[in-house]
Amino acid sequence: MRIARKMYHRWAAGLLLASALLLMGAAGDPTGQRFDRLGHNLMCECGCGQVLLECNHVGCSTSEQMRQELKLSMARGDKDDVVLAGFVAKYGPAVLSAPTTTGFNRVAWIMPVVIFFAALTAVVLVVRAWKKRGPKDPPDSSAGPGEMDEFRQRAREETAL
Amino acid sequence: MPQIGSFTLLLGLALSVYAFVAGLYAIVRNDDRLSETARRAGIAIFLAVTAASAVLVYSAFTNDFSVAYIRQHSNRALPGPYKFAALWSGQEGSLLFWCWLLAAYGLVLRMRHKVDTRLVAHASVVISAVQIFFLILVNFAAHPFAMTTGTIPADGNGLNPLLQYPEMVIHPPMLYLGYVGMTVPFCFALAALIMKYPGEKWIHITRRWTMVGWLFLTCGIFLGSYWAYKVLGWGGWWGWDPVENASLLPWLTGTAFLHSVMMQEKRGMMKVWNMWLIFSTFLLAIFGTFLTRSGVVSSVHAFAESDIGPYFVYFLALTFATCMFFFVRNRKHLESEHKLESLVSRESSFLFNNVLLLVAAFAVLWGTLFPVLSEWVTGHKVTVGPPFFNKVNIPIALFLLLLTAVGPLLAWRKTSAESIRKNFLIPAVIAVAVGVGLVVYGIKPWVEISYFYSLMTVMLSVLVAATIGSEFIRGGLVIARHNGSNIFHGMYLLTRRNTRRYGGYVVHLGVIVTMIGFAGVAFYQNTEQELGFGDKMAIGPYTLICRSYTQDDKPNYSSEWAILDIYKNGKQITTMYPEQRFYKASGQPATIVANRSTIMEDLYLVYTGKNPENGRPIIKAHLNPLVWWIWAGAHFILVGTIIALLPNMQGKNQRPAPREQSPREQARALLDDAEESRSPVEAGSD
Repeated sequence: MRIARKMYHRWAAGLLLASALLLMGAAGDPTGQRFDRLGHNLMCECGCGQVLLECNHVGCSTSEQMRQELKLSMARGDKDDVVLAGFVAKYGPAVLSAPTTTGFNRVAWIMPVVIFFAALTAVVLVVRAWKKRGPKDPPDSSAGPGEMDEFRQRAREETAL
Repeated sequence: MPQIGSFTLLLGLALSVYAFVAGLYAIVRNDDRLSETARRAGIAIFLAVTAASAVLVYSAFTNDFSVAYIRQHSNRALPGPYKFAALWSGQEGSLLFWCWLLAAYGLVLRMRHKVDTRLVAHASVVISAVQIFFLILVNFAAHPFAMTTGTIPADGNGLNPLLQYPEMVIHPPMLYLGYVGMTVPFCFALAALIMKYPGEKWIHITRRWTMVGWLFLTCGIFLGSYWAYKVLGWGGWWGWDPVENASLLPWLTGTAFLHSVMMQEKRGMMKVWNMWLIFSTFLLAIFGTFLTRSGVVSSVHAFAESDIGPYFVYFLALTFATCMFFFVRNRKHLESEHKLESLVSRESSFLFNNVLLLVAAFAVLWGTLFPVLSEWVTGHKVTVGPPFFNKVNIPIALFLLLLTAVGPLLAWRKTSAESIRKNFLIPAVIAVAVGVGLVVYGIKPWVEISYFYSLMTVMLSVLVAATIGSEFIRGGLVIARHNGSNIFHGMYLLTRRNTRRYGGYVVHLGVIVTMIGFAGVAFYQNTEQELGFGDKMAIGPYTLICRSYTQDDKPNYSSEWAILDIYKNGKQITTMYPEQRFYKASGQPATIVANRSTIMEDLYLVYTGKNPENGRPIIKAHLNPLVWWIWAGAHFILVGTIIALLPNMQGKNQRPAPREQSPREQARALLDDAEESRSPVEAGSD
């Protein structure tokens, strides 16, 4: 009983310690992370067609200027949507690296989800319809009805393959 | 010489037309002799197009700038391998290269006509039609032997600097082998549909051809990714660029086909589905080519805009109409022999796998085309970049990983709850334990969604690895016990006896190793700093000290680079040389990344330029975790596919001398015989 209690205390202490470590580690570099996140939501306007923070154009002055603008906007204390709206106002909607969730752009996000669920539903409905109609197993040319499957099942079970 | 090239291209077109018309007439009239002449004309196409390609390469090596294509894509100082690569570096040359690969595939197809003379005769007509289209393009729309107008310059414009890398010499041929390779399964599928081919032999032949095309396409995609990583200098390996997406589309549908084809082979199911998967794969390969060459979507590395887009649109429409016509006419021939009996079965796992792969393909296609649609509807062009594709595709990929773990262990027809519990309990416990371990180690899935995805990716990958491992170990142990050998020899025999199944497992292993590499993305770090002599820069556990910076001049380019000593935990481990080149002929700069790759992380250094005020180099350092795993996974996939393509070791050879067999041995023998009698292809007879 005493040993069990000791073990319980050890486990509880370990869990507490792990939780504390995890919570301590949760704090990162919020400014750097925010810059990184926002910088990945914007495209470089130099014509390279790449995300702002990934522009590899040698000596690209446009990306450097845009990065400075991003830093300035963040330093002013602008919220994320204000920062991005500022870039859209200056460079146009194509400066955003992904469609927004407003207006017609919503369709971009909705369609893959609709297709995903429609396809899953279709599969489930088709399988159910097939099940209702029952299996259609014509005799095999080289083995009796169901024999082949029995052989397979038996072989799998006995050889565990 | 250019005149010889032009002549051979015209000859190739004439031969293709003959192979098509005579082949078709021979089928209608059942004329074997005429069919044979069409086959031989098909073989001669290869000789004609090979001659044309050889002339273009010869023109590059002899600096014949009277040929406009050579003037635009080569120069005197260009090294030999890149002069060779000039063949596929531009629009006209790459279309000629496409023609040549198609002719080569056509050659193999026609040389192997004894596999099934009538089926190959039909397929040969279809491939001739495709060949006619591409030869019309190179003869009339994008002529590689067009002459330079005005004075012939003393030197050419040179090859795009981004293409002057060894990876770029291999990547396009691999990708094209994949794209063009998908033509052959299409030809067999359409041929089988047209002639209402009795039985499933055509699907066995098609599957192997698809696997070959898929292998090349996979290699091409990974090589392209590797090139982007090593050359483009942005620290990533996949940017969801339209050109990259174009290669992914047929890969996804091809992967779906390679899974669902098993249902047709084993159970006679999903014939319509498989037929359309093959059609879609071919149509998407052509559509991808249209996307990258028509200027419909803007891309980082698309070919120059040209007027060949409408040709592709007409060809796509005609192909789709042909497929639809024969499908409507002969669809009764494609009725399933069996029905699905349970949602928890191998069949349903393939079905869900197919749905997910096709939804992923749709999402990629949709995201690629949405800017065009948006501009058409609203008048404003929007960008659909990596954030969209990652958000949509990562959950799909995670579902696919889950199915990769579950699917192979489900039985055909129906799987009992007991079987599920028995097969998955231990792998699931291992996966959860690894997940908990990673959280304790410091991965905090609640901080960012990318961390959550990474954690899930690793856990599911471990689940897949554990299920695959248990399959190999259990099977290997059984065989080892029978043969009195060790487990490794048992696993070897197991693989040789069913190369397709166990080769497939190795491919799955490659996929999860790659996925673990992808999971590292969430933990990327980068920093940029100007470095003078002796200056330090820190990233992760590394400290970079600038020893020097210098420059050099070569015939093809001039260069600048930094010499950086790399320290890890206070100890010098290596010296790295990030470089920037300036190519003289094209007047374009390019970066040469310095990369130190280890199993845990890549230290990736880019020389981004010099501070114009003090001449000091500016270095961008990336710390990219687990990238090594991506390339390792590609090797597994390559090896697995090759294993799956090998013929099975004959079951009878492995059995011991006749003696009284145990029930297990009898069952094993029955299984071998059943597999061999059902699937002659798997036994290596095709």
